[in-house]
Amino acid sequence: MEIKIKLNGKMVVDNIEADLLLIDFVRSHGCRSVKRGCESSNCGLCTVLMDGKPVLSCSVLAARADGHTVQTLEGLQEEASNFVGFIADQGADQCGFCNPGFVMNTISLLRENPDPTDDEIRAYLSGNLCRCTGYEGQLRGIRNYLNSRKD
Amino acid sequence: MVTIQKYVRAKTLEEAYTLNQNKRNRIVAGMLWMKTGSGSMNTAIDLCDLGLDKIEETEEQFSIGAMVTLRQIELHEGLNAYSSGAIRNAVHDIIGVQFRNSATVGGSIWGRFGFSDVLTVFLALDTYVELYKGGILPLEQFAKLPYDNDLLVRVIVKKAPAAVVYSAMRIQRTDFPVLTCTVSQVDGQYRASIGARPGRAMLVRDDEHLLADGITQQSAEAFAASVAERVPTLGNIRGSAAYRTHLIKVLTQRNVLALGGL
Ligand SMILES: Cc1cc2nc3c(=O)[nH]c(=O)nc-3n(C[C@H](O)[C@H](O)[C@H](O)COP(=O)(O)OP(=O)(O)OC[C@H]3O[C@@H](n4cnc5c(N)ncnc54)[C@H](O)[C@@H]3O)c2cc1C
Ligand code: FES
Ligand code: FES
Repeated sequence: MEIKIKLNGKMVVDNIEADLLLIDFVRSHGCRSVKRGCESSNCGLCTVLMDGKPVLSCSVLAARADGHTVQTLEGLQEEASNFVGFIADQGADQCGFCNPGFVMNTISLLRENPDPTDDEIRAYLSGNLCRCTGYEGQLRGIRNYLNSRKD
Repeated sequence: MVTIQKYVRAKTLEEAYTLNQNKRNRIVAGMLWMKTGSGSMNTAIDLCDLGLDKIEETEEQFSIGAMVTLRQIELHEGLNAYSSGAIRNAVHDIIGVQFRNSATVGGSIWGRFGFSDVLTVFLALDTYVELYKGGILPLEQFAKLPYDNDLLVRVIVKKAPAAVVYSAMRIQRTDFPVLTCTVSQVDGQYRASIGARPGRAMLVRDDEHLLADGITQQSAEAFAASVAERVPTLGNIRGSAAYRTHLIKVLTQRNVLALGGL
């Protein structure tokens, strides 16, 4: 079947199988930041924005995204660059595998709630699992970024 | 993962219903639960173009389309004002925001999953389901029915005067719950719904009028003991039957006391 998706600002038309997952669609169109972690809707690594809302691309049919807008980290570098340095400064990542999902969901958090409390950050990012760290570095990084905006 | 031969966005409920009569075809909502299964289907029937992604509020009721997401009910001011935040509390530990942006109310209620926070909270309110062929029936009745090939169109919550408190016990945030519990007073009648027993959530009423003279430490304890006696539990990987029965007492009592402002 033919689908049209606006991927990172560019209209993409493709012929797909009915059960192609959105994660495989975006990866086949060059968006390799989107990765498979659990593939059981638990880890948040495959987060993309669909019509501006974060969803798990491992659990959405590409066919469902037909006619919609999809964004991945490849298309949101500038917005991410505001805060990723603060997370890196904390040495928050170890292997870094969880990072793209974290960054995508943090973008969404800050769009919805530009001045979150620590508990609001924890709640919003609770669907992003990290197997290496204890989340404290990421939280400190985001907090430092928010504080820097107030200075 | 299930394999799918064909994908159809139904243009009418009748088209979706007709396709769904073939056992090899299936409704796809958020697809999150379906994806945990395996096997193959001929046609995935998507309800996403039927305008069922809206919550309509009138003086008398909330009408929640089957494709409304858990995130929508979490953020809906009217629903949460009416339920004193109980609906938000029931869903906010389900995996994460991304998950709740896809998982639907229709899929959650249709699924009648034993572990369901969603079923537990709606059961304690004056809730009905609207089925395409089966018409409107109380959620309490629907929760006991076996699966068939009808369509769930809407979930309706009547705005009967209500006070509601929800809580769940989880070993870890975002994990499946070990026990879920809502206590409510709807139209003056006290009820408790208990889920993750681990069977499907069930509703019990204060038939013995244990709370009729008001909420006190003693009456809350007596009602909690009565609920624990009437709700069957079983053991599984998350907890034994005895532990769950104990949790029923603890959570019910806490919720009753919170309902009474104690
Ligand atoms: C990993 C994981 C963890 C979860 N944890 C929790 C939890 O802690 N608490 C909780 O309450 N829930 C939990 N859930 C369940 C989740 O919240 C949803 O209830 C579930 O995913 C079903 O919703 P869906 O929209 O994904 O439905 P789908 O997976 O698309 O559909 C589920 C079933 O319902 C049928 N169906 C869907 N919509 C309709 C309709 N309108 N009419 C007729 N049939 C229909 C489908 O054909 C399918 O058989 C979890 C699910 C997963 C996958
Ligand atoms: S890969 Fe999608 S949630 Fe883990
Ligand atoms: S840094 Fe390794 S998974 Fe998060």
